Amino acid sequence: MISKKAKKQIDSWTEKYPANQQSSAVMEALKIVQLENGNCLNPELIQEVADYLDMPGIAAQEVATFYENYNHKPMAKNIIRICHNISCMLNGSDNLVSHLESCLGVKTGQVTPDGLICVKKVECLGACVGAPMMQIDDQYYENLTAKKVDEIVKSLRKEGK
Amino acid sequence: MNEVCFKNLNEKEPWSLATYEANGGYSVWKRVIKGEFTPEEIIDELKVSGLRGRGGAGFPTGLKWSFMPRNDDGQKYVVCNSDEGEPGTCKDRDILRFNPHSVIEGMAIGGYVMNASVGYNYIRGEFMEPFYRFENALKEAYKAGLLGENILDSAVSFDLHTHLGAGAYICGEETALIESIEGKKGQPRFKPPFPANVGLFGKPTTVNNTESFASVPEILSKGGKWFADLGVENSGGCKLFSVSGHVNNPSNFEVPMGTPFKDLLKMAGGIRKGKKLKAVIPGGSSTPVLTAEEAMSMNMDYDSIEKAGSMLGAGSVIIMDDSTCMVEALTRLAHFYYDESCGQCTPCREGTGWLYRVLKRILDGNGKIDDLDLLQQVGSNIMNNTICALGDAAAMPVESFLRNFYSEFEYYIKNGKSMVKDNV
Repeated sequence: MISKKAKKQIDSWTEKYPANQQSSAVMEALKIVQLENGNCLNPELIQEVADYLDMPGIAAQEVATFYENYNHKPMAKNIIRICHNISCMLNGSDNLVSHLESCLGVKTGQVTPDGLICVKKVECLGACVGAPMMQIDDQYYENLTAKKVDEIVKSLRKEGK
Repeated sequence: MNEVCFKNLNEKEPWSLATYEANGGYSVWKRVIKGEFTPEEIIDELKVSGLRGRGGAGFPTGLKWSFMPRNDDGQKYVVCNSDEGEPGTCKDRDILRFNPHSVIEGMAIGGYVMNASVGYNYIRGEFMEPFYRFENALKEAYKAGLLGENILDSAVSFDLHTHLGAGAYICGEETALIESIEGKKGQPRFKPPFPANVGLFGKPTTVNNTESFASVPEILSKGGKWFADLGVENSGGCKLFSVSGHVNNPSNFEVPMGTPFKDLLKMAGGIRKGKKLKAVIPGGSSTPVLTAEEAMSMNMDYDSIEKAGSMLGAGSVIIMDDSTCMVEALTRLAHFYYDESCGQCTPCREGTGWLYRVLKRILDGNGKIDDLDLLQQVGSNIMNNTICALGDAAAMPVESFLRNFYSEFEYYIKNGKSMVKDNV
């Protein structure tokens, strides 16, 4: 079920578009609903979003599967999205990925047993002069070193408990 | 340095309306509202300025604006492309973070010139800090009566909204971006019709890059000639260059067009100690890679970079020193295009996968010498055979990496390991 609060948030996006174009808000609507559902979408929720925006379910499904930022299986509480593209690679992102894998004890894409952290290798996040870099929620972390990464992981674990 | 988009960079809270206005911000917009400029005069001034699209294609902005059927009835739209995501490119992020009002003012002026009363700024979904900055700036501008209906009691109205992406490089292509604002998959449209005739919601639309819009107020404030004279012939003004990779001080630099590459490299702190420059990608991952010699003799303008064998693109300068394995670097780029192909055109959907898998095979030590011909063949089968430029963007690095560093690929295949790492 889409909550009242989520519907209100979705409405604030539909207002931006012409009267008969509320489906323009589908990308944000899916994000809002995903966040409310433990960072994960499912076919029923996608259909609900489509119904709410008066668009065909398949059209919402297309959006939900085309774009990178939607999850279709349960994810960790925190997703570390680490850039592995060229500028970050030149600045040692591969070593940071290995470092993260060994200190978390899981491979990229897997969730730690406590459900807290998952590491995803992602394509360019547009912060190349701050390479190597990664993103957690809305926040970018730039000019990373193994030590900085350790501190970030430590604080995620602290918050998680 | 820092004369246009980064003008206020060192001020306190450069993103605030107060700082922007204290430095002359919105003075052009206020004059426009009072009718001091006609749309034709603004277009002429932009043509004089030599401003070319800063997103990568380099199309003259004044000319683009003149294509809009401004006197036709009906809704028209002006759209800003802040879907920055080509590896090496991170300048629009800083414009949105540090000078959001210049984008708003530039878009508002564009709206007036093209008779479009509504604008959208498409910001990539990961850029949440820039998004909040831009949203705050919008709030400030509305509160000050600089946006909305009958702005400052004039007959001019302009509404501006943000649209957020959700993770797809292809949405930086203008027709894919339009599809995305309409709430669809970001798959490029076939052209013609061009967006100036059939764009967002089927209405005439002009899409410009963030840096292009942000440059407009300063151009009109100081004059097109002033801007043109900052640069060189055919490359007016200054440009933001994102210098990343193996340099001591990676950063965004706003410098005059025509600045020698070697000076830009110096500004970025030069190559790290004990290393030598090996290769440069001058305009973002889709532009051909150059050797150190080619790069060191070029200047940072459209013509000079083209003469050196590449393109200025979005001004995203990726520096590689002699510890870089070119097989590894190209494989990473190929993976990007493989991942980001929208899947619409077969040559790109299938070809990007082929490029990546063949390169990965080489990188894993299982390459065959014929693979190098195969890569070139696959690349040329993609080139010019797709609806948008992503296919070309995937093929161009392959062609240039092989042309300039062929022996390194050959060595990798024969020995199953990197020539560079072997020599370290």
